[in-house]
Amino acid sequence: MITLSINKKTYNVDVDPETPLLWVLRDELGLVGTKYGCGLAQCGACTVHLNGEAVRSCVTKVSRAVGQEVVTIEGLSEKGDHPVQKAWLEIDVAQCGYCQTGQIMSAVVLLKANKNPTDADIDAAMAGNICRCGTYLRIRDAIKLAAQIERKEA
Amino acid sequence: MADLKTSITRRSFLRSSALAGGGLMISFSWLSAFKSPDTMAPELADWAELTGYVKITPDNIIKILNPNPEFGQNVMTSLPMIVAEELDADWKQVLVEMGPHDNVKLGPQFTGGSNSVRMYWKPLREAGAAARQMLIEAASQSWAVPAAEITTKAGILYHQKTGKQATYGSLATKASAIAIPKGMKLKDAKEFKVVKSSIKNVEGKKIVTGEPLFGLDYHVEGMLIAMIEHPPAFGMKLKSFDASEALKMPGIKDVFTQKLYEDGFEQGGFDTRTFNDLLVVVGSNTWQVMKARKKLKVEWEPAGEYKDIIAARGQKREVVVPAELESTEAQLKKMQEWSAKPAPQLRKDGEPEAAFKNAAQVIERTYNAPFLAHNCMEPMNFFAHVTDDKALVAGPLQAPGWSEPTLAKLLNLPADKIEIQMTRMGGGFGRRAYGQYLYEAALISKKVKAPIKLVYSREDDMTYGIYRPMYTATYRAALDANKKLIGFHVNGGGIPEHAIHANRFPAGTVDNYLAEGWAIPSNITIGAFRAPRSNFNAAAEQSFLDELAEAMGKDPIDLRLELLQKGKESPVGQNNDYDAERYAGVLKLVREKSGWGKAENKKYSRGVAAYFCHNSYAAHVVDIVMKNGQPYVERVFSAIDCGIVVNPDAAINMVQGAVVDGIGNAFYGGLTHKEGRAVQNNFHAYRIIRMNEAPKKIEVHFVQNDIDPTGLGEPPFPPVFGAVANALFKATGQRLYQQPYAPQLNKRRAF
Ligand code: FES
Ligand code: FES
Repeated sequence: MITLSINKKTYNVDVDPETPLLWVLRDELGLVGTKYGCGLAQCGACTVHLNGEAVRSCVTKVSRAVGQEVVTIEGLSEKGDHPVQKAWLEIDVAQCGYCQTGQIMSAVVLLKANKNPTDADIDAAMAGNICRCGTYLRIRDAIKLAAQIERKEA
Repeated sequence: MADLKTSITRRSFLRSSALAGGGLMISFSWLSAFKSPDTMAPELADWAELTGYVKITPDNIIKILNPNPEFGQNVMTSLPMIVAEELDADWKQVLVEMGPHDNVKLGPQFTGGSNSVRMYWKPLREAGAAARQMLIEAASQSWAVPAAEITTKAGILYHQKTGKQATYGSLATKASAIAIPKGMKLKDAKEFKVVKSSIKNVEGKKIVTGEPLFGLDYHVEGMLIAMIEHPPAFGMKLKSFDASEALKMPGIKDVFTQKLYEDGFEQGGFDTRTFNDLLVVVGSNTWQVMKARKKLKVEWEPAGEYKDIIAARGQKREVVVPAELESTEAQLKKMQEWSAKPAPQLRKDGEPEAAFKNAAQVIERTYNAPFLAHNCMEPMNFFAHVTDDKALVAGPLQAPGWSEPTLAKLLNLPADKIEIQMTRMGGGFGRRAYGQYLYEAALISKKVKAPIKLVYSREDDMTYGIYRPMYTATYRAALDANKKLIGFHVNGGGIPEHAIHANRFPAGTVDNYLAEGWAIPSNITIGAFRAPRSNFNAAAEQSFLDELAEAMGKDPIDLRLELLQKGKESPVGQNNDYDAERYAGVLKLVREKSGWGKAENKKYSRGVAAYFCHNSYAAHVVDIVMKNGQPYVERVFSAIDCGIVVNPDAAINMVQGAVVDGIGNAFYGGLTHKEGRAVQNNFHAYRIIRMNEAPKKIEVHFVQNDIDPTGLGEPPFPPVFGAVANALFKATGQRLYQQPYAPQLNKRRAF
């Protein structure tokens, strides 16, 4: 049995400790907001927070998450009203939407470290998240809007 | 007001009845057969149904069904908007729900060919107008006033003279007793309140909170996961396997082989398959199955030549699939050889041979483009639960109605025992019009007698085929001593199809014109990819026109406008497949909006291109700057004529996406082969455009008119390639003839 703390809840799962966190979230716990895109740390669709850091859950063994705080998109906010989520809705970023939870999880970490990111900061922080639909311009706008909302809410 | 030419009476009919729980149900049927909505969830029993698309509760909540599969083009929002418009509903009262797969009730239900809005525009307006008219009739009876005096606004019926008013919901049940109304009017475009306004994605909240929307998220209790070990190369097949180690792995239930199609099976037009002998691993979860696959010991062997039998559009044909294990270099060489051979003529105007013989100058250029993988962000997958007497399948599919007949044949079940649920798709780009992964899932479920979800890994997805074909085209222009264009010739080919649209611009604008096309068979499977064929033509032809303008000493926009002027005033030949005026319109608009030729834009290396496809017109100006020594597309100006724009902000999003997609594929897109093997199998090797490579600004302008909507998902995509190539020439002095462009910069041409 492996004990995990995810979105402030405790879960016990009976899996091989080598299993990537992604597949534990998706297949064992039904937390499917975290997406599979490549399995190779190339696309960012599977991004979650491990102690507040953005990690690619497809290459993070579940054993690494033991005793750590995991946050997935489902736990980012109670009502889906995290400033980043609000900004995403306001800018109407999504096309197919498949990459967006990963984008949001990466953006949240960027904004924790950088309250007022420039285009260059965003480019650097978000280059690991592919959007096949090409919503990058709106993601940039949404991150800037989220920064504004956060400043206002602070 | 436009008269409602009622397709309702011709190809469909309305039927009304009261529903349990009160309210109104009117079924709007596409065919002359009525199917009861027995697939409705029990909670829907309190909803009154109007026109198959609309359900209203007594407390005036209006539910509108979206008929068409959603893959990011935003039909979940824009199609219901069209119904709401004619219904005169307040969008705030509207709840949108994905409709069931029911071609009788909900129409063709396919996403592709930039057709969703175009094909549903009239039927959905009619459905909304019919429902509204029935509510008016109900109010007229209740209030004993003439129907003509009743007006509607935002889900409420009014009678001004008596001051009476009522919500739609309060009269929905009564409306169900009303006879089918005739002579309904559709609104004039000037009256639109919902259509032409920017309405946010109705699934936005679910997307940003990670709700299970996609096929890969589909889950039922006791479901197993299945994956398929495909041959490592096109032209290979399974010889033998040893699964003893794999079967010992935890969670693994079974390893077996399954044929996709039995010998002689007649495939439908979209039943493209790459590999027929499936080596299937089934287990409890995805990771266990992925791990077990690595323990398989498999021998593969050359598949040899084989035949596909395609029965589509009332015709049956045999396609011989060659045996060769292909490599990219050999493919390029073969295309070069075929380019030199006499080729089938597609169109000829005037005397092109004479024009070239008499030319003072001939410009000839050859363009090549590689296979492209769709790389939908959500890899192929499908859920299936097949039992002896019925099948439930759910997943990402662009055209369920095209796959259903084949599925019925494969499972030996009548079509009405098959339920296809359409999940939101994590991208499609054409790939998911080909339902072979659905068939695989269903056959696997049938074999293991359990609900299963078939999952493709990214590697499975990228190496399976159904790619954008590999193309080549040689363009030749004949100029006389005054640098006047007197002849135009295009010879195009590809593996395994050519891309030439012989009747498109510049056909019709040059007196002496010749188009030829040829194709080389291959075992590498291909399929529609966002603006099929156009996506290559617009790159090649629009690059060539740029070079031609340079040789003629003309501005590239001026040259196109001059040709289009001729195309409008004295078109050459027959069947010219574009409207020269609308084509010129987007060029003029982009010229104005981009400040083409203006001094303040001097710092940019600018390229222009335009194209017509899927009934719409698109032009772009691409502005390149050098960033860290590399050319970077910093700005793009786009002008689009797609008629009425239903949801402007969403339309801008889609155009911006098409531009980013075009830049990405132009710079980096390409799949190569080595002895049949796809060389790129994941995103470390197949480069996709990323945030830092996306422009700072993409400014989108629509030509304002009241023409019924035409396509938008595809038309903005093709001309991006040409505009990028032309801007790269300005930035680097290098003309580009081989896609993708990034590796070609500062390299010699391929041939
Ligand atoms: S799935 Fe983890 S980075 Fe792509
Ligand atoms: S919205 Fe489709 S991949 Fe990003």
